[in-house]
Amino acid sequence: MPTEIKMPQLGESVTEGTLGRWLKQPGERVEKYEALLEVTTDKVDTEVPAPVSGIVREIAVPEGATVRVGTLLAVLDDDGAQSAEHRAQSDQAQKENGKGQGSNAQTLERSNAFVSPVVARLAAEHSLDLSKISGSGQDGRVTKQDVLKYVESHKNEPSRMPAGARSSDEGASIHAARSSIQSAESAPSARPVSPSARLVEQELPDDAEILPLSPMRRSIAEHMVRSRRIAPHVTTVFEVDVSQMVAHRERRKVDFERQGVKLTYTPYFVQAAVAGLQAVPVVNASYAESGIVVHQRIHVGVAVALEEGLVVPVIRDADEKNLLGLARAVNDLSGRARAHRLKPDETQGGTFTITNHGVGGSLFATPIINQPQAAIIGIGAIQKRAVVISQAGVDAIAIRPMCYLSLTIDHRLLDGAIADRFLTAIKEFLEGYAE
Amino acid sequence: MPEITLLEAIRQGIDEMMAADGRIFVFGEDVGRRGGVFRVTEGLIDKYGSLRVLDAPLAESVIVGACIGAAMNDMLPIAEIQFADFIYPAFNQIISEAARIHYRSNGDWSVPMVIRAPYGGGIHGALYHSQSIEAFFCHMPGIKVVAPSTPYDAKGLLKTSIEDPNPVLFLEHKKCYRLIKGEVPDEDYRIPIGKADIKRAGRDITVITYGLMLHFCLEAAEELATEGVEVEVLDLRTLRPLDSEAILSSVRKTSKVLIVHEDNLTGGLGGEIAAMIGQQAFEYLDGPITRICAPDVPAMPYSKPLEDAFMPSPALIADAMRRLAAY
Repeated sequence: MPTEIKMPQLGESVTEGTLGRWLKQPGERVEKYEALLEVTTDKVDTEVPAPVSGIVREIAVPEGATVRVGTLLAVLDDDGAQSAEHRAQSDQAQKENGKGQGSNAQTLERSNAFVSPVVARLAAEHSLDLSKISGSGQDGRVTKQDVLKYVESHKNEPSRMPAGARSSDEGASIHAARSSIQSAESAPSARPVSPSARLVEQELPDDAEILPLSPMRRSIAEHMVRSRRIAPHVTTVFEVDVSQMVAHRERRKVDFERQGVKLTYTPYFVQAAVAGLQAVPVVNASYAESGIVVHQRIHVGVAVALEEGLVVPVIRDADEKNLLGLARAVNDLSGRARAHRLKPDETQGGTFTITNHGVGGSLFATPIINQPQAAIIGIGAIQKRAVVISQAGVDAIAIRPMCYLSLTIDHRLLDGAIADRFLTAIKEFLEGYAE
Repeated sequence: MPEITLLEAIRQGIDEMMAADGRIFVFGEDVGRRGGVFRVTEGLIDKYGSLRVLDAPLAESVIVGACIGAAMNDMLPIAEIQFADFIYPAFNQIISEAARIHYRSNGDWSVPMVIRAPYGGGIHGALYHSQSIEAFFCHMPGIKVVAPSTPYDAKGLLKTSIEDPNPVLFLEHKKCYRLIKGEVPDEDYRIPIGKADIKRAGRDITVITYGLMLHFCLEAAEELATEGVEVEVLDLRTLRPLDSEAILSSVRKTSKVLIVHEDNLTGGLGGEIAAMIGQQAFEYLDGPITRICAPDVPAMPYSKPLEDAFMPSPALIADAMRRLAAY
């Protein structure tokens, strides 16, 4: 019986993957759970294991090609394949495949998802997931212009419909894949040239250097634009005296080092965020049409800056970890993020995000919310400042390590007063930091 | 280049062709001494004599029928129907004879004839002097239907029509006669039949139109441009055969189509254009093919408010453009 290998969904928000390397070639045998191919996404690289033992019959997508989740990659002949059964299966697969390609219906989840003929055709030609394109037409419909703008902004991506996927083998479902490849190749001559495409090209100076957009860069761009579009951002800033926290770290860092854990300030801020989220649970939430989804579990994302972009690994159930556990988690995740060894789902499912922009010296910022979360907190640089303190009713000027905390909220579900209550809880937690 | 009216351009066209070819003659009601009720043929009788500029009796069937006979005998007649509204007595001659002779005789005979007919409203002409008749004839294979909207196109197309070996119905919009002025070169030139013209380029909507409506559409397009919508206005110029290539190429560019004509909606040319686009450019459409036409009312009325209500206005057209752009 043939088994289809499709591009897996490597995490909730991952919609496409690039085929890194085929570890087995057609005709080769692969055991169940044995690695069959490598896939890279905008966030991580991973190996895809064979779901069954069998012989690789057909490879449909060559190395280096970027394809949508669910795209047929290869067909395995299971042990004990029978030809009649195999044909019936292939026919069935072809039907299903054809149906999906024709309508794009499976990618449309919005309520006003009317797809005009031209949009359907362009989506098929460019292998687009229409649910990723924001619609500017009537009732939010995706218009042709929306698609052309999207294609224009993604045009430097590697081809998603590579030519190398040709084969003379039977494989009915691969026939379907191949025909779509051919139509994509023959299409450009018939396709109208987007006016904006010409415009951008004309505006480029002769000596312009074009840096190709990496999948990560593209993904960041898309997420940032989407977040700013759907959520009204409001940022509020508190100043916190972190003397207690700094003192605590000084006391404990040697101790932690002995346990093999480098103690930074980040786990303290994760703890503080947890305290704030517990005090004001509505911040640990998402906005949805059905209502405000208040999350019961606290998963805190910590942004990690890399040379090529930004990733946000998530510390799951951060409220269940002590400082040591958080420090270990932060070090582990940020280390693996820098080494590109994060697992796909380790960047998914966060309910709140911390961005430590202060490491570069920044005092305060207006961070963009990591959708679909309700808020993001930015940690400014810790600086010693002369501040007025009151002790026993007497005002005095003291030198204190101070830090600005910038909280950006989604004003659809949170208001300034809630934001301030949340920041007050964090401030109190940090200023009164104790074991 | 001198700027002349649409009417003057047509007169120049007839005049220059008559001067060049002795087989050409004009036959119609009041075309001689009176120079035509609109003065299109004014002065021609003095120049070419009453054998080439002939006053006809009030019998359209005779005007067309006699011209068919002359055309089959090596003449190049220009029949004038005083108002297109009066063409129906000649309907049988045009449909059953002029349009079919070439086919019926297996190509042995043809009718190289032009039937000029002032059509359209907006001139307070009431039921017998305002109608659009093109749809009846566009239905008929064997006859070409031309409807220019600018002096330049009118002169060039008239000359081509006279030279065409088969019958051409040449429609002249009455309101455009003196309203529309434009530059016309002194040199001899031709505009091919069956070629539409982009009168205004745009990327957002294609408007397909002809006649007086072309000018209304251009006016509406100017208004839309101030709102950031770039409307492409395609002047059909020839209604049969339709320039499907130009239509489809514009539609593939903009993906949104508005068809505007003064003729009433049902069975109008717009339906044919819409069906052709629907079949041949379905995968390029990004909005409903929309028609703005006169209502299905028996005739354009006399009363000014009713006439205004009957005629598609620039404001109405602009509204349709807006809706389509926002779709």
